[in-house]
Amino acid sequence: MTDDIKIDVRLNIKGQVCPYTFVRSKLAMEKMKLGEVLEIITDHRPALENIPRSMEHEGQKVLTIEQTAEKEWRIFVRKDREHKIH
Amino acid sequence: MDFTEDQILRYSRHILLPEVGGFGQEKLLNARVVLVGAGGLGSVVGYYLAAAGVGTIGVVDDDRVEISNLQRQIAHNEKRIGMYKADSAKETYQTLNHDVTVIPYKERLTARNIKDIFKNYDIVVDGSDNFPTRYLINDACVMLHKPLVSAAVFRFEGQVMTIFPGDGPCYRCLFDHPPPPGMVPSCQEAGILGAVPGIIGTIQATEVIKTILGIGHPLKGSLLLLNALDMSFRKINVPRNRDCLLCGDHPTIKELIDLDQTCSLNS
Repeated sequence: MTDDIKIDVRLNIKGQVCPYTFVRSKLAMEKMKLGEVLEIITDHRPALENIPRSMEHEGQKVLTIEQTAEKEWRIFVRKDREHKIH
Repeated sequence: MDFTEDQILRYSRHILLPEVGGFGQEKLLNARVVLVGAGGLGSVVGYYLAAAGVGTIGVVDDDRVEISNLQRQIAHNEKRIGMYKADSAKETYQTLNHDVTVIPYKERLTARNIKDIFKNYDIVVDGSDNFPTRYLINDACVMLHKPLVSAAVFRFEGQVMTIFPGDGPCYRCLFDHPPPPGMVPSCQEAGILGAVPGIIGTIQATEVIKTILGIGHPLKGSLLLLNALDMSFRKINVPRNRDCLLCGDHPTIKELIDLDQTCSLNS
């Protein structure tokens, strides 16, 4: 399923717990362009709910979540909204 | 910008906010704010601005710390008695957050030095304790087009207004002249509940941070009044006065002057 997703930025946050999982994902997202896709690699189960919920709250599109090992998940998020304040 | 590991942790609760984020935190780190007074109000404003990572904080105060200050002026402590308040505040804020540079000005604000000090800053915070200084700050901010977060406290009461010169009222639109010296008692005479400048200073800090970030609605064109005995807040709309002597259509005040500093205690 994730074969058709073109990944622009990969962020490995294994070892990180909430809220830093989202904080680091958000900082990575801020540096990306609209339409680009961020792949977040995490081993923190609560992040599977927290990151998608917070990303959607900020207007970003969660494409899919994939389990890649017993304790490893990948969350794919597309940047749909620019938050830069002027 | 690339935050350090410590900065990611320190500012994480800001970064989480959709209205702030890493972009907003970067703005705070690059911001320059000057506090007039490191007393009851200034102490609190500076504390929260330093915690928020406001990168450069100027502190103007020529007084030294006295034990009677410690009931409300939380930037200082017993070990600092006799020290300049501006230096004491610098030590407190930089110990809280080493991202912050505090520039102390151990001098009294006058018509001669005010513009030279204010021109280096984006926003001015009035935490002064007398009318001549309050009017001097307002007049200088209007002339320099600097946003001003003005406030005052008295007994159990406080007030806050944020002034954007050229866009809404200034302090003189409200009260065109200061009261005659000695007519209004000062905190020295009238007393002040120590926690009241804590409430008002925290509101001032919030106004400064909102102004830096360009979010929400500042207290522009409205005066917020607190009565802490009832714990009631009132917000009064204040229009720009077209006849204002300073920012009206035909201003008559065109230069800064030092008003009479006479204290009613000495008269």
